[in-house]
Amino acid sequence: MSALDPDSLSENGGGEWRRVSPKFVVVDLLSTLVSAVLFIVGAGVPWILSGVPWLVVLPIAAFVVHALVAAFTPRRVRAYGYRLRADDLVFRKGIMFLRVVSVPYGRMQLVDLTRGPLARAFGLSELKLVTAAAASHITIPGLAEADAEALRDRLVELAESRRAGL
Amino acid sequence: MTTADESGPAARTGLADGEWHRLHPATPLLRGGLGFVAIVGIIIANLRERLVEWFLPGVCPPQGRACSQGDPFAYIVENGYALIAALAVLGILLLCIALFYVSWRMNTFRITDEVVEVKSGVLFRTHRKARLDRIQGVAVARPLFARLFGTAKLDVEVAGQDANVPLAYLGNTLADALRADILRLASGSRAASTSGSPAPAAGSLLGRRASELLAPELDPNLAPPESVVRMHPGRLVGSTVLSGTTVALLVVVAAVVVGLVITASGGRELVWTLFTFVPIAFGLLSYQVNRLLKFLRYSIAATPDGVRIGYGLLSTRNETVPPGRIHSVAVSQSIFWRPADWWTIRINRATRQTSSEGQNAQQSTVVLPVGSRDDVFRVLELLLPGLTEGGARDLFERGLAGRDADADFTVSPRRAAVVRWFSWRRNGFALFPGAVLLRRGAIWRELAIVPTPRVQSVAVEQGPLARSLRLANVHVHTVAGPISPRIGALDVVDAQALFRDVAEAAVAAAGTDTTHRWRASEA
Repeated sequence: MSALDPDSLSENGGGEWRRVSPKFVVVDLLSTLVSAVLFIVGAGVPWILSGVPWLVVLPIAAFVVHALVAAFTPRRVRAYGYRLRADDLVFRKGIMFLRVVSVPYGRMQLVDLTRGPLARAFGLSELKLVTAAAASHITIPGLAEADAEALRDRLVELAESRRAGL
Repeated sequence: MTTADESGPAARTGLADGEWHRLHPATPLLRGGLGFVAIVGIIIANLRERLVEWFLPGVCPPQGRACSQGDPFAYIVENGYALIAALAVLGILLLCIALFYVSWRMNTFRITDEVVEVKSGVLFRTHRKARLDRIQGVAVARPLFARLFGTAKLDVEVAGQDANVPLAYLGNTLADALRADILRLASGSRAASTSGSPAPAAGSLLGRRASELLAPELDPNLAPPESVVRMHPGRLVGSTVLSGTTVALLVVVAAVVVGLVITASGGRELVWTLFTFVPIAFGLLSYQVNRLLKFLRYSIAATPDGVRIGYGLLSTRNETVPPGRIHSVAVSQSIFWRPADWWTIRINRATRQTSSEGQNAQQSTVVLPVGSRDDVFRVLELLLPGLTEGGARDLFERGLAGRDADADFTVSPRRAAVVRWFSWRRNGFALFPGAVLLRRGAIWRELAIVPTPRVQSVAVEQGPLARSLRLANVHVHTVAGPISPRIGALDVVDAQALFRDVAEAAVAAAGTDTTHRWRASEA
């Protein structure tokens, strides 16, 4: 076994992996598209202005990078997951760069819900968890609005019942 | 309402009674201290010649005119503006006194069983509150100017960036007594301790000031008078010389010399070389000198309310960190220090200062600037009480300088040599009841210790390179600071085990931790 196994990392304590909404794939693709347009136009400016032929490499490179990002988007979105265990929340993200974080409920200082314009159009929210450590940063994107609010209330309730000092 | 000056009652101050009190009357003067000195300086510089003439008549060369001619004072007198000028000066003085008085009146503080509050400001009011059970430490700071006046600043430190509640300024003895009161209230032990009031220092006012200036930075009534570590000046100088900063300084000097040789012919390049490197060299040098001055009078001792660390030569600072406020500890040794077996200890704390204290704040995370291995263990005993008993010394020894796996430490596998060239045999961790030990670095040795009740969260990470080597990284998250407790290049199975164990231990430890009211069980 060479890869980290998020399941074995969090098997005890129950709760199953909850995934983010499949609609988030569309949101993510759209934002990739916006970024692709901006970057390709931006990288194309030197080529158009100077007329040096080999500078066409820049917009092509920008296109390739974004195409790759877009191609992996569905897998990446599926890789997001969180699990409410008895005493902590386990969050995982990434395929190439896998990261699994465990945050005890008592350590949560703040639960933050944000909605960008694109996500709002699809009825999605982003949930952010803040602890006293800046490195903990956990952002769960692409939650359906009702789910996100329910999750926030649940987390605040759990944090309140296990409140600990710093 | 009483005035909190030195004539007030000293021990068991009576100020922690939930009523609003005022600070030392000289507070506005001390706050604006440097500005005030500058103004007086400018006035004196302008009237220098006249003053000389007044006090030493005949010193001025008789060149047919008064030597004070041309100064603003003479101009005013000669043109008959004397009355107006005198009135203006008087007016300004009165205004200053009135402003000082108002700002002193408006600056009040209150200490109740739950919170410390400070109100200040005349036009822009600020009101700061610190919950006592969230206090991260109490510091008594004495800037040079305030020290001369026998006053001190009490900093109640709470979690966050620049989130101090400053009680500036108080009388010297009062500041010490009030610190004891605040810590007693915060500890949860309601019973007043039975120690009598400190005998007022005998002698004249001047004698008292002198003895205060020379006294060690530890109040003998509140702490065992001797520090557990003695700072040898030779060792401090040696460690400062043998540091990375010195290497940087040598590099800069070498660069200047090379630059001079290369540009020996041209004038302009020479100027640029000097302009670039001389300020850098000065910066590095002054950093070294500051370190020396700051730590020459270093002391560390245990008190019932936590570790007390004092330092500073001219401006002194003396911090008390209650138990459970230390979020991680790192013992480290650079390669230059290895022959002498010197170590330094830094800590992460939830309170951080940036702007106000300058380089003082930057170094306030250093609890042992340099010390022998025995010193390290003495300090660790203070920082992590209960962790260093019994066979733990052996474990920590292995953490400091050991390598290879043993009963406690798990190290990286052989294949990790690709990413940990020199340290793969040493790079490892040990899970101890109450703390996680991360051992890193073969050249720059470091042992990071995170008490499990202070773990905020834990992460395990794996990138493509690590995956191809069947390795993974574990990052134990604590509050931000100079220490980042992470360990890379562990075998995947070991990393997963560490992640699981730390996550479990953190939950269990947080549930049973009572350090936010560290003496509640005693009362």
